Amino acid sequence: MISLLRRDLTLALRAGGGFGLGLAFFLIVVILVPFGVGPEATVLSRIAPGILWVAALLAALLSLDRIFALDFEDGTLPLLATSPLPLEGVALIKGIAHWIITGLPLTLAAPALGFLLNLETSAYVWLLASLALGTPALSMIGTFGAALTVGLRRGGLLMSLLVLPLYVPTLIFGAEAVRRGALGLDATTPLLMLAGITLFSFALLPFAASSALRVNLR
Amino acid sequence: MSIWEYANPKKFITITTPLVPWILGLAIACLVVGLVWGFFLTPDDFRQGSTVKIIYLHVPAALMAINAWFMMLLASLIWLVRRHHVSALVARAAAPVGIVMTLITLITGAIWGQPMWGTWWAWDPRLTSFLILFLFYLGYIALWEAIEDPDTAADLTSVLCIVGSVFAVLSRYAVNFWNQGLHQGTSVPVVTGGRTISDVFFVPLVICMMGFGLLFFVLVLIRTQTEIRVRRMRAIQLRMRS
Repeated sequence: MISLLRRDLTLALRAGGGFGLGLAFFLIVVILVPFGVGPEATVLSRIAPGILWVAALLAALLSLDRIFALDFEDGTLPLLATSPLPLEGVALIKGIAHWIITGLPLTLAAPALGFLLNLETSAYVWLLASLALGTPALSMIGTFGAALTVGLRRGGLLMSLLVLPLYVPTLIFGAEAVRRGALGLDATTPLLMLAGITLFSFALLPFAASSALRVNLR
Repeated sequence: MSIWEYANPKKFITITTPLVPWILGLAIACLVVGLVWGFFLTPDDFRQGSTVKIIYLHVPAALMAINAWFMMLLASLIWLVRRHHVSALVARAAAPVGIVMTLITLITGAIWGQPMWGTWWAWDPRLTSFLILFLFYLGYIALWEAIEDPDTAADLTSVLCIVGSVFAVLSRYAVNFWNQGLHQGTSVPVVTGGRTISDVFFVPLVICMMGFGLLFFVLVLIRTQTEIRVRRMRAIQLRMRS
Protein backbone atom coordinates (compact mmCIF):
# COMPACT_ATOMS: atom_id res chain seq x y z
CA MET A 1 0.00 0.00 0.00
CA ILE A 2 2.78 2.38 0.94
CA SER A 3 4.61 1.70 -2.31
CA LEU A 4 1.46 2.35 -4.31
CA LEU A 5 1.01 5.63 -2.48
CA ARG A 6 4.61 6.54 -3.14
CA ARG A 7 4.25 5.61 -6.82
CA ASP A 8 1.16 7.79 -7.23
CA LEU A 9 2.79 10.74 -5.51
CA THR A 10 5.96 10.42 -7.55
CA LEU A 11 3.97 10.23 -10.76
CA ALA A 12 1.95 13.29 -9.84
CA LEU A 13 5.08 15.24 -8.91
CA ARG A 14 7.21 14.32 -11.89
CA ALA A 15 4.65 13.99 -14.65
CA GLY A 16 3.46 17.50 -13.91
CA GLY A 17 -0.04 18.86 -14.03
CA GLY A 18 -1.60 17.29 -10.98
CA PHE A 19 0.21 19.14 -8.25
CA GLY A 20 0.18 22.72 -9.41
CA LEU A 21 -2.87 22.73 -11.60
CA GLY A 22 -5.51 22.45 -8.90
CA LEU A 23 -3.74 25.08 -6.85
CA ALA A 24 -3.53 27.48 -9.80
CA PHE A 25 -7.21 26.94 -10.54
CA PHE A 26 -8.05 27.68 -6.90
CA LEU A 27 -6.05 30.90 -7.09
CA ILE A 28 -7.66 32.01 -10.33
CA VAL A 29 -11.23 31.38 -9.15
CA VAL A 30 -10.61 33.32 -5.97
CA ILE A 31 -9.05 36.18 -7.93
CA LEU A 32 -11.92 36.25 -10.41
CA VAL A 33 -14.61 36.62 -7.76
CA PRO A 34 -13.80 40.25 -6.82
CA PHE A 35 -14.00 41.14 -10.52
CA GLY A 36 -17.47 39.67 -10.53
CA VAL A 37 -18.92 41.15 -7.35
CA GLY A 38 -16.90 44.34 -7.00
CA PRO A 39 -13.99 45.23 -4.73
CA GLU A 40 -15.89 46.39 -1.62
CA ALA A 41 -14.19 44.90 1.40
CA THR A 42 -17.35 44.35 3.44
CA VAL A 43 -19.07 42.38 0.69
CA LEU A 44 -15.97 40.31 0.06
CA SER A 45 -15.43 39.47 3.70
CA ARG A 46 -19.04 38.35 3.98
CA ILE A 47 -18.90 35.97 1.05
CA ALA A 48 -15.28 34.88 1.56
CA PRO A 49 -16.02 31.62 3.46
CA GLY A 50 -18.38 30.40 0.78
CA ILE A 51 -16.12 31.46 -2.10
CA LEU A 52 -13.09 29.77 -0.60
CA TRP A 53 -15.00 26.54 -0.05
CA VAL A 54 -16.65 26.49 -3.46
CA ALA A 55 -13.32 27.26 -5.14
CA ALA A 56 -11.58 24.50 -3.19
CA LEU A 57 -14.35 22.10 -4.18
CA LEU A 58 -14.06 22.97 -7.87
CA ALA A 59 -10.29 22.69 -7.74
CA ALA A 60 -10.60 19.24 -6.21
CA LEU A 61 -13.14 18.30 -8.87
CA LEU A 62 -10.81 19.36 -11.67
CA SER A 63 -8.25 16.66 -11.09
CA LEU A 64 -10.62 13.82 -10.27
CA ASP A 65 -10.66 12.15 -13.66
CA ARG A 66 -6.90 11.68 -13.45
CA ILE A 67 -7.27 9.36 -10.47
CA PHE A 68 -8.05 6.24 -12.45
CA ALA A 69 -8.09 7.29 -16.11
CA LEU A 70 -4.31 7.13 -16.70
CA ASP A 71 -3.97 3.79 -14.95
CA PHE A 72 -6.95 2.49 -16.86
CA GLU A 73 -5.53 3.51 -20.21
CA ASP A 74 -2.06 2.04 -19.79
CA GLY A 75 -3.33 -1.16 -18.18
CA THR A 76 -2.00 -0.60 -14.68
CA LEU A 77 -5.46 -0.84 -13.18
CA PRO A 78 -6.12 -4.47 -14.17
CA LEU A 79 -2.69 -5.31 -12.77
CA LEU A 80 -3.56 -3.60 -9.52
CA ALA A 81 -6.85 -5.45 -9.43
CA THR A 82 -5.08 -8.81 -9.70
CA SER A 83 -2.39 -7.87 -7.19
CA PRO A 84 -2.54 -9.24 -3.63
CA LEU A 85 -3.65 -5.80 -2.43
CA PRO A 86 -7.46 -5.76 -2.26
CA LEU A 87 -9.14 -3.37 -4.65
CA GLU A 88 -10.73 -1.58 -1.71
CA GLY A 89 -7.22 -0.78 -0.52
CA VAL A 90 -6.29 0.49 -3.97
CA ALA A 91 -9.30 2.81 -3.95
CA LEU A 92 -8.44 4.04 -0.47
CA ILE A 93 -4.83 4.75 -1.44
CA LYS A 94 -5.94 6.54 -4.60
CA GLY A 95 -8.20 8.75 -2.49
CA ILE A 96 -5.41 9.53 -0.04
CA ALA A 97 -2.97 10.25 -2.86
CA HIS A 98 -5.48 12.60 -4.47
CA TRP A 99 -5.90 14.40 -1.17
CA ILE A 100 -2.15 14.82 -0.70
CA ILE A 101 -1.83 16.12 -4.26
CA THR A 102 -4.78 18.54 -4.22
CA GLY A 103 -6.47 18.81 -0.81
CA LEU A 104 -3.39 19.40 1.28
CA PRO A 105 -1.91 22.21 -0.87
CA LEU A 106 -5.37 23.78 -1.10
CA THR A 107 -5.69 23.76 2.66
CA LEU A 108 -2.27 25.31 3.12
CA ALA A 109 -2.84 27.94 0.44
CA ALA A 110 -6.32 28.93 1.57
CA PRO A 111 -5.28 31.37 4.34
CA ALA A 112 -3.17 33.33 1.86
CA LEU A 113 -6.19 33.65 -0.40
CA GLY A 114 -8.27 34.59 2.64
CA PHE A 115 -6.23 37.81 2.78
CA LEU A 116 -7.23 38.59 -0.78
CA LEU A 117 -10.89 38.25 0.11
CA ASN A 118 -10.57 40.22 3.34
CA LEU A 119 -11.59 37.27 5.51
CA GLU A 120 -12.22 38.06 9.19
CA THR A 121 -9.14 37.39 11.32
CA SER A 122 -11.07 35.12 13.68
CA ALA A 123 -11.99 32.82 10.76
CA TYR A 124 -8.50 31.72 9.69
CA VAL A 125 -8.21 28.95 12.26
CA TRP A 126 -11.62 27.63 11.29
CA LEU A 127 -10.83 27.91 7.59
CA LEU A 128 -7.72 25.79 8.04
CA ALA A 129 -9.48 23.33 10.31
CA SER A 130 -12.54 22.93 8.13
CA LEU A 131 -10.53 22.49 4.94
CA ALA A 132 -8.17 20.05 6.62
CA LEU A 133 -11.14 18.01 7.86
CA GLY A 134 -13.33 18.40 4.78
CA THR A 135 -11.06 18.05 1.74
CA PRO A 136 -10.30 14.36 2.47
CA ALA A 137 -14.02 13.70 2.11
CA LEU A 138 -14.00 15.56 -1.21
CA SER A 139 -11.13 13.38 -2.44
CA MET A 140 -12.74 10.13 -1.34
CA ILE A 141 -16.17 10.97 -2.80
CA GLY A 142 -14.39 12.01 -5.97
CA THR A 143 -12.53 8.71 -6.08
CA PHE A 144 -15.89 6.98 -6.04
CA GLY A 145 -17.12 9.20 -8.88
CA ALA A 146 -13.95 8.53 -10.87
CA ALA A 147 -14.36 4.79 -10.32
CA LEU A 148 -17.93 4.97 -11.64
CA THR A 149 -16.98 6.75 -14.84
CA VAL A 150 -13.55 5.27 -15.55
CA GLY A 151 -14.73 3.15 -18.48
CA LEU A 152 -16.44 6.00 -20.27
CA ARG A 153 -14.78 7.88 -23.07
CA ARG A 154 -16.17 11.29 -22.19
CA GLY A 155 -16.64 10.74 -18.50
CA GLY A 156 -15.40 14.09 -17.24
CA LEU A 157 -18.56 16.11 -17.57
CA LEU A 158 -20.78 13.27 -16.43
CA MET A 159 -18.57 12.76 -13.41
CA SER A 160 -19.03 16.35 -12.27
CA LEU A 161 -22.78 15.88 -12.57
CA LEU A 162 -22.55 12.77 -10.41
CA VAL A 163 -20.06 14.05 -7.88
CA LEU A 164 -21.27 17.59 -7.24
CA PRO A 165 -24.58 16.61 -5.57
CA LEU A 166 -22.59 14.27 -3.33
CA TYR A 167 -20.43 17.24 -2.31
CA VAL A 168 -23.40 19.19 -0.95
CA PRO A 169 -23.24 18.12 2.73
CA THR A 170 -19.48 18.62 2.91
CA LEU A 171 -19.77 22.08 1.38
CA ILE A 172 -22.59 23.12 3.70
CA PHE A 173 -20.84 22.09 6.89
CA GLY A 174 -17.45 23.36 5.74
CA ALA A 175 -18.63 26.81 4.71
CA GLU A 176 -20.85 27.00 7.79
CA ALA A 177 -17.88 26.34 10.07
CA VAL A 178 -15.89 29.16 8.49
CA ARG A 179 -18.87 31.50 8.51
CA ARG A 180 -19.47 30.89 12.19
CA GLY A 181 -15.79 31.39 12.85
CA ALA A 182 -15.91 34.72 11.03
CA LEU A 183 -18.86 35.84 13.14
CA GLY A 184 -17.08 34.78 16.31
CA LEU A 185 -19.58 32.02 17.04
CA ASP A 186 -18.79 28.52 18.18
CA ALA A 187 -18.06 26.38 15.13
CA THR A 188 -17.49 22.98 16.70
CA THR A 189 -20.82 21.45 15.61
CA PRO A 190 -20.27 21.86 11.86
CA LEU A 191 -16.65 20.80 12.30
CA LEU A 192 -17.73 17.63 14.06
CA MET A 193 -20.25 16.91 11.31
CA LEU A 194 -17.54 17.52 8.73
CA ALA A 195 -15.20 15.12 10.49
CA GLY A 196 -18.06 12.62 10.62
CA ILE A 197 -18.63 12.86 6.88
CA THR A 198 -14.92 12.42 6.21
CA LEU A 199 -14.59 9.37 8.44
CA PHE A 200 -17.75 7.90 7.00
CA SER A 201 -16.51 8.43 3.44
CA PHE A 202 -13.19 6.80 4.20
CA ALA A 203 -14.85 3.88 5.94
CA LEU A 204 -17.47 3.02 3.34
CA LEU A 205 -16.76 4.63 -0.03
CA PRO A 206 -13.68 2.48 -0.85
CA PHE A 207 -16.06 -0.50 -0.97
CA ALA A 208 -18.45 1.30 -3.31
CA ALA A 209 -15.55 2.54 -5.46
CA SER A 210 -13.96 -0.89 -5.71
CA SER A 211 -17.24 -2.54 -6.68
CA ALA A 212 -17.67 0.08 -9.40
CA LEU A 213 -14.08 -0.57 -10.54
CA ARG A 214 -14.71 -4.32 -10.70
CA VAL A 215 -17.71 -3.71 -12.91
CA ASN A 216 -15.74 -1.41 -15.17
CA LEU A 217 -12.86 -3.89 -15.46
CA ARG A 218 -15.14 -6.78 -16.30
CA MET B 1 -44.29 -20.50 -5.82
CA SER B 2 -42.26 -17.53 -4.75
CA ILE B 3 -42.34 -13.87 -5.60
CA TRP B 4 -39.14 -14.26 -7.61
CA GLU B 5 -40.98 -16.12 -10.36
CA TYR B 6 -42.36 -12.79 -11.48
CA ALA B 7 -38.78 -11.71 -12.11
CA ASN B 8 -38.89 -13.70 -15.31
CA PRO B 9 -39.34 -11.02 -18.01
CA LYS B 10 -41.80 -13.10 -20.03
CA LYS B 11 -43.93 -13.86 -16.99
CA PHE B 12 -43.69 -10.23 -15.92
CA ILE B 13 -45.09 -9.07 -19.24
CA THR B 14 -47.86 -11.65 -19.46
CA ILE B 15 -49.03 -10.89 -15.93
CA THR B 16 -48.76 -7.12 -16.02
CA THR B 17 -50.16 -6.46 -19.50
CA PRO B 18 -53.82 -7.17 -18.57
CA LEU B 19 -53.31 -5.23 -15.33
CA VAL B 20 -52.18 -2.01 -16.99
CA PRO B 21 -55.55 -0.72 -18.29
CA TRP B 22 -57.22 -1.46 -14.94
CA ILE B 23 -54.64 0.33 -12.87
CA LEU B 24 -54.52 3.17 -15.35
CA GLY B 25 -58.30 3.50 -15.19
CA LEU B 26 -58.26 3.43 -11.41
CA ALA B 27 -55.49 6.05 -11.32
CA ILE B 28 -57.39 8.35 -13.66
CA ALA B 29 -60.59 7.83 -11.68
CA CYS B 30 -58.83 8.66 -8.41
CA LEU B 31 -57.18 11.73 -9.91
CA VAL B 32 -60.39 13.02 -11.48
CA VAL B 33 -62.43 12.46 -8.31
CA GLY B 34 -59.71 13.84 -6.05
CA LEU B 35 -58.89 16.87 -8.16
CA VAL B 36 -62.50 17.80 -8.98
CA TRP B 37 -63.47 17.35 -5.36
CA GLY B 38 -60.42 19.26 -4.23
CA PHE B 39 -60.69 22.10 -6.72
CA PHE B 40 -64.44 22.71 -6.82
CA LEU B 41 -66.13 21.13 -3.82
CA THR B 42 -63.95 22.26 -0.94
CA PRO B 43 -64.25 25.66 0.71
CA ASP B 44 -61.47 28.22 0.37
CA ASP B 45 -59.06 28.39 3.24
CA PHE B 46 -59.81 31.46 5.31
CA ARG B 47 -56.26 32.73 5.20
CA GLN B 48 -54.89 31.30 1.97
CA GLY B 49 -57.98 31.69 -0.19
CA SER B 50 -58.20 29.45 -3.22
CA THR B 51 -54.42 29.04 -3.55
CA VAL B 52 -54.59 26.29 -0.95
CA LYS B 53 -56.00 24.02 -3.64
CA ILE B 54 -52.66 23.53 -5.30
CA ILE B 55 -51.96 21.22 -2.36
CA TYR B 56 -53.77 18.48 -4.31
CA LEU B 57 -50.98 18.46 -6.86
CA HIS B 58 -48.08 19.56 -4.70
CA VAL B 59 -48.25 17.11 -1.81
CA PRO B 60 -48.95 13.90 -3.78
CA ALA B 61 -46.21 14.74 -6.28
CA ALA B 62 -43.75 15.36 -3.46
CA LEU B 63 -44.76 12.08 -1.84
CA MET B 64 -44.15 10.15 -5.06
CA ALA B 65 -40.91 11.99 -5.83
CA ILE B 66 -39.38 10.69 -2.63
CA ASN B 67 -40.96 7.25 -2.78
CA ALA B 68 -39.82 6.78 -6.37
CA TRP B 69 -36.24 7.15 -5.18
CA PHE B 70 -36.83 4.64 -2.38
CA MET B 71 -38.31 2.25 -4.89
CA MET B 72 -35.27 2.66 -7.12
CA LEU B 73 -33.05 1.98 -4.13
CA LEU B 74 -34.96 -1.22 -3.37
CA ALA B 75 -34.88 -2.34 -7.00
CA SER B 76 -31.15 -1.59 -7.18
CA LEU B 77 -30.49 -3.68 -4.09
CA ILE B 78 -32.52 -6.56 -5.53
CA TRP B 79 -30.56 -6.30 -8.76
CA LEU B 80 -27.23 -6.34 -6.95
CA VAL B 81 -28.20 -9.27 -4.73
CA ARG B 82 -30.32 -11.48 -6.98
CA ARG B 83 -29.47 -10.15 -10.44
CA HIS B 84 -32.96 -10.16 -11.87
CA HIS B 85 -32.93 -8.06 -15.01
CA VAL B 86 -36.50 -6.88 -14.52
CA SER B 87 -35.45 -5.32 -11.24
CA ALA B 88 -32.74 -3.23 -12.88
CA LEU B 89 -35.17 -2.20 -15.60
CA VAL B 90 -37.76 -1.16 -13.04
CA ALA B 91 -35.19 1.10 -11.41
CA ARG B 92 -34.34 2.54 -14.80
CA ALA B 93 -38.01 3.01 -15.66
CA ALA B 94 -38.82 4.73 -12.37
CA ALA B 95 -36.15 7.42 -12.59
CA PRO B 96 -37.70 9.63 -15.31
CA VAL B 97 -41.10 9.38 -13.62
CA GLY B 98 -39.48 10.36 -10.35
CA ILE B 99 -37.72 13.35 -11.86
CA VAL B 100 -40.99 14.56 -13.39
CA MET B 101 -42.67 14.26 -9.99
CA THR B 102 -39.84 16.27 -8.47
CA LEU B 103 -40.27 18.93 -11.15
CA ILE B 104 -44.04 19.06 -10.57
CA THR B 105 -43.39 19.53 -6.87
CA LEU B 106 -40.90 22.32 -7.45
CA ILE B 107 -43.06 24.13 -9.99
CA THR B 108 -46.36 23.87 -8.09
CA GLY B 109 -44.46 24.86 -4.97
CA ALA B 110 -43.18 27.97 -6.72
CA ILE B 111 -46.66 28.83 -7.97
CA TRP B 112 -48.02 28.34 -4.47
CA GLY B 113 -45.17 30.20 -2.82
CA GLN B 114 -45.54 33.29 -4.97
CA PRO B 115 -48.86 34.53 -3.49
CA MET B 116 -48.26 33.05 -0.02
CA TRP B 117 -44.66 33.91 0.76
CA GLY B 118 -44.31 36.62 -1.88
CA THR B 119 -41.50 34.77 -3.59
CA TRP B 120 -41.13 32.05 -6.22
CA TRP B 121 -38.15 30.56 -4.58
CA ALA B 122 -36.55 30.67 -1.15
CA TRP B 123 -33.50 28.79 0.04
CA ASP B 124 -35.63 26.92 2.50
CA PRO B 125 -34.48 23.47 3.70
CA ARG B 126 -37.36 21.59 2.12
CA LEU B 127 -37.16 23.43 -1.17
CA THR B 128 -33.41 23.07 -1.30
CA SER B 129 -33.45 19.37 -0.54
CA PHE B 130 -35.92 18.84 -3.37
CA LEU B 131 -33.61 20.69 -5.70
CA ILE B 132 -30.78 18.43 -4.57
CA LEU B 133 -33.00 15.39 -5.10
CA PHE B 134 -33.59 16.67 -8.62
CA LEU B 135 -29.83 16.79 -9.19
CA PHE B 136 -29.49 13.23 -7.92
CA TYR B 137 -32.14 12.04 -10.37
CA LEU B 138 -30.37 13.91 -13.14
CA GLY B 139 -27.03 12.25 -12.40
CA TYR B 140 -28.65 8.84 -12.13
CA ILE B 141 -30.43 9.14 -15.48
CA ALA B 142 -27.31 10.58 -17.14
CA LEU B 143 -25.26 7.61 -15.97
CA TRP B 144 -27.82 5.16 -17.39
CA GLU B 145 -27.72 6.97 -20.72
CA ALA B 146 -23.95 7.18 -20.88
CA ILE B 147 -23.08 3.50 -20.58
CA GLU B 148 -23.72 1.23 -23.53
CA ASP B 149 -23.43 -2.21 -22.01
CA PRO B 150 -26.75 -2.78 -20.17
CA ASP B 151 -25.36 -4.97 -17.37
CA THR B 152 -22.51 -2.58 -16.62
CA ALA B 153 -24.96 0.30 -16.61
CA ALA B 154 -27.29 -1.53 -14.24
CA ASP B 155 -24.45 -2.35 -11.85
CA LEU B 156 -22.96 1.14 -11.81
CA THR B 157 -26.28 2.92 -11.45
CA SER B 158 -27.22 0.60 -8.60
CA VAL B 159 -24.05 1.49 -6.75
CA LEU B 160 -24.68 5.16 -7.46
CA CYS B 161 -28.26 4.84 -6.22
CA ILE B 162 -27.14 3.33 -2.90
CA VAL B 163 -24.38 5.86 -2.29
CA GLY B 164 -26.67 8.63 -3.52
CA SER B 165 -29.39 7.65 -1.06
CA VAL B 166 -27.02 7.96 1.86
CA PHE B 167 -25.82 11.35 0.66
CA ALA B 168 -29.35 12.52 -0.10
CA VAL B 169 -30.36 11.83 3.50
CA LEU B 170 -27.18 13.53 4.66
CA SER B 171 -27.96 16.56 2.49
CA ARG B 172 -31.44 16.75 3.92
CA TYR B 173 -29.99 16.94 7.40
CA ALA B 174 -27.23 19.34 6.41
CA VAL B 175 -29.65 21.68 4.67
CA ASN B 176 -31.85 21.71 7.77
CA PHE B 177 -28.84 22.74 9.77
CA TRP B 178 -27.87 25.37 7.21
CA ASN B 179 -31.05 27.41 7.09
CA GLN B 180 -34.34 27.55 8.91
CA GLY B 181 -37.13 28.03 6.46
CA LEU B 182 -40.54 29.22 5.50
CA HIS B 183 -42.04 25.88 4.65
CA GLN B 184 -44.52 24.45 7.13
CA GLY B 185 -43.98 21.08 8.73
CA THR B 186 -45.73 17.98 7.56
CA SER B 187 -49.51 18.16 7.40
CA VAL B 188 -50.03 14.43 7.74
CA PRO B 189 -47.61 13.10 10.36
CA VAL B 190 -47.89 9.37 9.94
CA VAL B 191 -45.93 8.50 13.05
CA THR B 192 -47.93 10.47 15.58
CA GLY B 193 -51.28 9.87 13.92
CA GLY B 194 -52.49 13.41 14.44
CA ARG B 195 -52.81 15.90 11.64
CA THR B 196 -53.00 19.62 11.17
CA ILE B 197 -55.26 19.60 8.13
CA SER B 198 -59.02 19.43 8.50
CA ASP B 199 -61.17 16.61 7.13
CA VAL B 200 -62.70 18.76 4.40
CA PHE B 201 -59.32 19.03 2.72
CA PHE B 202 -57.92 15.73 3.89
CA VAL B 203 -60.23 13.25 2.16
CA PRO B 204 -59.70 14.58 -1.39
CA LEU B 205 -55.99 14.88 -0.62
CA VAL B 206 -55.80 11.20 0.27
CA ILE B 207 -57.67 10.33 -2.92
CA CYS B 208 -55.20 12.41 -4.90
CA MET B 209 -52.29 10.71 -3.17
CA MET B 210 -53.75 7.33 -4.12
CA GLY B 211 -54.23 8.57 -7.66
CA PHE B 212 -50.63 9.74 -7.92
CA GLY B 213 -49.39 6.49 -6.41
CA LEU B 214 -51.36 4.40 -8.89
CA LEU B 215 -50.31 6.65 -11.74
CA PHE B 216 -46.68 6.22 -10.77
CA PHE B 217 -47.18 2.46 -10.52
CA VAL B 218 -48.76 2.13 -13.92
CA LEU B 219 -46.24 4.42 -15.60
CA VAL B 220 -43.39 2.36 -14.19
CA LEU B 221 -45.09 -0.84 -15.36
CA ILE B 222 -45.53 0.48 -18.89
CA ARG B 223 -42.00 1.83 -19.03
CA THR B 224 -40.59 -1.45 -17.72
CA GLN B 225 -42.47 -3.40 -20.36
CA THR B 226 -41.11 -1.04 -22.99
CA GLU B 227 -37.58 -1.52 -21.68
CA ILE B 228 -37.97 -5.30 -21.78
CA ARG B 229 -39.22 -5.13 -25.35
CA VAL B 230 -36.41 -2.76 -26.36
CA ARG B 231 -33.93 -5.17 -24.92
CA ARG B 232 -35.53 -8.07 -26.76
CA MET B 233 -35.44 -6.18 -30.03
CA ARG B 234 -31.78 -5.49 -29.55
CA ALA B 235 -31.07 -9.13 -28.82
CA ILE B 236 -32.95 -10.17 -31.98
CA GLN B 237 -31.08 -7.61 -34.06
CA LEU B 238 -27.74 -8.83 -32.71
CA ARG B 239 -28.67 -12.41 -33.51
CA MET B 240 -29.71 -11.53 -37.05
CA ARG B 241 -26.52 -9.66 -37.70
CA SER B 242 -24.26 -12.54 -36.65
